[in-house]
Amino acid sequence: MGRYLLRRLLIAIPSVIGISIVLFTVLALAPGDPFEELATNPAIPAEVRANLRTQFGLDDPVAVRYGRWFGAMAKGDWGFSFASRVDVDQLILQRIPVTLLIIGASQLLALAIALPVGVVAATRPYSLFDQVASTFAFIGFSLPTFFTGIVFILVFSITLGWLPFVYRADISATGWAWYWEHFRQALMPVAVLGLFQGASWTRYVRSAVLDVIRLDYVTTARAKGLGEPAVVLKHVVRNALIPVVTLIALQMPAVFGGAIVTEQIFRVPGIGSLLISAILANDTPVIMAVTFVFSILVILFNLLADLLYGWLDPRIAYR
Amino acid sequence: MDERQLRQLIAQVKAGCTSRRSFIRAMIGLGLTAPLAAQMLAHSGVARAQSMSAYKPTRRGGGGPLKLLWWQGATLLNPHFAVGTKDQEGSRIFYEPLAGWDADGNLVPMLAAEVPSRQNGGLAADGKSVIWKLKRNVRWHDGAPFTADDALFNYEYAIDPATAAVSIGSYKDVTVDKLDSHTVRVNFKKPTPYWADAFVGTRGMLIPKHLFENYRGAKSREAPNNLKPVGTGPYKFVDFKPGDMVRGTINADYHEPSKPYFDSIEMKGGGDAVSAARAVLQTGEFDYAWNLQVEDEILKRLEAGGKGRTEITPGANIEHIQVNTTDPWKEVDGERASIKTQHPLFSDPAVRQALALLVDRKSVEDYIYGRTGLATGNFLNNPQRFVSHNTKWEFNVDKANQLLEAAGWKRGADGIRAKDGRKLKIVYQTSINAPRQKNQAIVKQACQKAGIEVELKSVTASVFFSSDVANPDTYTKFYCDLQMYTTTMPQPDPETFMNQFCSWEVSSKENKWQGRNITRWRNDEYDRTYRAAQGELDPVKRAAMFIRMNDLVVGDQAVIPVVYRPRVSAVLANLHAPLSGWDNDLWNLRDWYKDA
Repeated sequence: MGRYLLRRLLIAIPSVIGISIVLFTVLALAPGDPFEELATNPAIPAEVRANLRTQFGLDDPVAVRYGRWFGAMAKGDWGFSFASRVDVDQLILQRIPVTLLIIGASQLLALAIALPVGVVAATRPYSLFDQVASTFAFIGFSLPTFFTGIVFILVFSITLGWLPFVYRADISATGWAWYWEHFRQALMPVAVLGLFQGASWTRYVRSAVLDVIRLDYVTTARAKGLGEPAVVLKHVVRNALIPVVTLIALQMPAVFGGAIVTEQIFRVPGIGSLLISAILANDTPVIMAVTFVFSILVILFNLLADLLYGWLDPRIAYR
Repeated sequence: MDERQLRQLIAQVKAGCTSRRSFIRAMIGLGLTAPLAAQMLAHSGVARAQSMSAYKPTRRGGGGPLKLLWWQGATLLNPHFAVGTKDQEGSRIFYEPLAGWDADGNLVPMLAAEVPSRQNGGLAADGKSVIWKLKRNVRWHDGAPFTADDALFNYEYAIDPATAAVSIGSYKDVTVDKLDSHTVRVNFKKPTPYWADAFVGTRGMLIPKHLFENYRGAKSREAPNNLKPVGTGPYKFVDFKPGDMVRGTINADYHEPSKPYFDSIEMKGGGDAVSAARAVLQTGEFDYAWNLQVEDEILKRLEAGGKGRTEITPGANIEHIQVNTTDPWKEVDGERASIKTQHPLFSDPAVRQALALLVDRKSVEDYIYGRTGLATGNFLNNPQRFVSHNTKWEFNVDKANQLLEAAGWKRGADGIRAKDGRKLKIVYQTSINAPRQKNQAIVKQACQKAGIEVELKSVTASVFFSSDVANPDTYTKFYCDLQMYTTTMPQPDPETFMNQFCSWEVSSKENKWQGRNITRWRNDEYDRTYRAAQGELDPVKRAAMFIRMNDLVVGDQAVIPVVYRPRVSAVLANLHAPLSGWDNDLWNLRDWYKDA
């Protein structure tokens, strides 16, 4: 196990370097200029732009810039945002709490819906409950979040006037009012993301449970007189969950990544909206840092999923 | 309109036959800017309109929070680094310039005790210096007094090339002397009619010397106060999250009595323009939303609820079609559209005139922009003083047909006109943006009726507006016959704006396509008039010169102006927010209040 982990971590190093090279080159080759706004403003002399470009080392060849970026990164320096003139790690750290809160809550909501609904639907396949659940699941993952988000705003904010649709990370209220305000404003984005995710997971859980529930050992469990709850929870669900756990583990990087579209609609100041505004401003250090963090998270959670397999299914051995 | 007619008009204002406001309107109609019009009147001895503040509240504070929605959030709060308006606006909450520009183009003192004039001895007779008297008893938010040293420091800070301040353009050609503790003098190298640039308006906001002194030049980006502004403005800094939120609280020590009205202020960023309009006009969650580039139809529908109103502020942004004077399809010395070539079709004036007749501005206004884009035949559009009455526009397919016919462009079998084997086929490019594509279609349709085949091309905005030297599709390269975009006039004075037709500004490979003259249009009379206007101290003469320049450009169809686009914002019904097209939206934040 220890050796396996070490080997996997060592293999991850070249992939991380490879990813960073690809990302850096693509960003360097992409059109656009972080100081574009300076170029179109006649009142700003061209020298200012030239000066900024040299200051930020944008005129050097890509390889040199990559080398410099890599060296700084190795020392823990994430770079410097051209647009805000702030260190990138500071920008990302500012956004993490909100991202974790909103996306984390929505994933929990999705799980809370998907697990019970999926299991119940699978234990009574083609019953009325299953049909209704399946219909809603299909509707749920067919509707894109930008659509449901706008429908929610129209219904709950504009027609009914119950919920605010602009998310504000700093709320001046204190005590219970503070929690209440946060709850109210988080409700819509969390629901939009959670229902979308929950709908597709319901389908996965249902089919995973269906696969297991017909196996002989389940019949044996029933035959030896175990109650239905014990059969389903202890024997079926535990085994059925292996693919579902993988799915969720692989989904985790997205929790940190935020949900770009939903964040934009509700103005949630998460990492996703940071990435979007950085892309629009051609703020390459920020784009680079955020995408790089994403790719590292993907590698890490892949590894984690592999390790979880072994824990859930003792037949899998690590060599 | 020439100088004599202008003088007659001013005499009417002086005699009281014409109102000041209608004079300014007329000048905007001529393509001039309001600040220039006001300057003309002042110079001719018409008393300056006392810009009376409409501020009603009689005591400071008590107004609750003021909530502003900027769909692009401020990313930094140092005015010397604020490139885009979003950053300037964020800084403007805390920092103030010596004076700002009101909607009619008048200077309104902020940190200055008075606006310099010939009468009060502020303006030198030779136009080579201006003396600013600073307001006394102004304190920075941390309690330190504001003095002439601060103004001097801002000048030194901005001109250091290592600082890479975007305000350098306002300061690099002047020198600043401190005369006493509350007086500074700005000296110009040559007589300068537009003296109100340094220390004024969007790029004139002042930062405190005592906090930024040790962070000049290359160290400027390390200053902790880049993110924690300490200014003189009506609100003090509380908290800033780049791209998301700027928060401030009332400055109980503000240098004007009983201002400001609100107890706190927040500027939320992010999202899109349509939902920003919704948050003010429909749900009233926010008090003010900025820069609503939204179809007028949607705005009208949202306004119908009566919760808020749309404010349309005239500025000088103009959506126009540029006509290439060079051949974009032939390569000479490694560049296309070189000034060594001539456009094969547009060198015939009849073709250019026909094109100008084929742009249906009325339909563009009616069906695309509504109140947010007004049809115009002028290039220089706002400060009224400079707006030309000489150019008018019409949409007339028959006339275009006649013109082309008379010039020898005969229709071929395919319906496309040709002359000497050259077919009237042109490529027309713009950036990807729904109203622009509709506009392209309107022009294409009209051209088809006149036997001109137009190929439409749309380029992603991030490429089109980039300055990427390697990319052939940027607007500065103009490797195309026609192109359309909005040019903005960031300053109240048209001088910098109008340099985009000077022959020495031609965009070419040699200057890495950074020259401002993108149409490559050249004209000796224009160059001469421009040079003369640069040093002309009599604002009336100078205005006449700008009008002449506009007429030259538009008369020769170097550009075909389409619509002029005012600034649009949404304001809650009971909020009073004095806006100006010549300065930031928050230029007069101190005067904002709500009806109780």
